[in-house]
Amino acid sequence: MTASTIALALALGLAAGVLSGLFGVGGGILFVPALVALGLGQLEAQATSLLAILPTVAAGAWNQRRYGNFHPRLALQLGLASIAGVGAGALVAISLPEEVLRRLFALLLLVIAVRLALRAHRTPPRYPQSS
Amino acid sequence: MLRILVIGLVAGVFSALFGVGGGIVAVPLLVLFVDIPERVATATSLGAIGITAFAGVVIFAVRGDIDVGHAALVGLPAAVGALAGTWLQQRVSTAVLSYGFAALLTGVGVWLLLP
Repeated sequence: MTASTIALALALGLAAGVLSGLFGVGGGILFVPALVALGLGQLEAQATSLLAILPTVAAGAWNQRRYGNFHPRLALQLGLASIAGVGAGALVAISLPEEVLRRLFALLLLVIAVRLALRAHRTPPRYPQSS
Repeated sequence: MLRILVIGLVAGVFSALFGVGGGIVAVPLLVLFVDIPERVATATSLGAIGITAFAGVVIFAVRGDIDVGHAALVGLPAAVGALAGTWLQQRVSTAVLSYGFAALLTGVGVWLLLP
C-alpha cells in the first residue's frame, strides 16, 4: 500500500462521512470503491464497508442527538424492519432477473428525486432546526 | 408506526437487492410519506443503518470476510466526516437539503442504469 493510496482512502473516508452526516446514508457508496482500490475483493470490500459504517453512523447519530433530531424509537423500528426486508430481498433476488430489477429501482430513485425537488420547491424554507 | 415499518422493510429489500444502502431509500420515503422533518429523517436513518450494518457485521465476521484494519482506515476519517456533515446540515435550509438529496438520488439512479 503506497502513501498516495492511503491518502486517497482517508480522503474518500472523510467524504463518505460528510455525505453520511448530511444525507443520512451509510457511506457504503464511497467505502466500497475505496476498499476495492486498496486491494480488497468485491465481497470482502462490501463486508468491510459494513464495519466502517458503524463508527460513521454512530458519530452522526450522536451529533444529531445533541441537535435534538435523533429519536431512538423511530430508528429502532426502521432498523428492525430493515433487517426483515434484507431477508425478503434476498428471496426476491433469487426469483427475478437482476437486470430488470436494477432498471426499475433506478427509475424509482429518479421519480423520488423529482418528487423531493418538487416538494422542496413548493414548501417555504424552514430554518434552522425543524424538529 | 406501520408506515415506518413498511419503509424499513422496503429499504431492507432494496439494499439486499442492489447493495445500495437502505438510507437512500428510507430518508426520502420518511419525508414524503410520513412527513417526518428532513433532519429527523436523516438522523433516524443513521440509527437504523447502525442496526442493520451491525447485523451484517456479525454475519460476515463469522465468515471471516471483514478486514478490520482497512475498515478503520476509511471508517475513522468517516466518523470525523459525519460530525462535520451533521454540523453542516444544521446550517443549511431544508430546501437545500432536499435538492441535494434529489441530486444524490439522481446520481445513484443514473449510475444504476449504466451497464
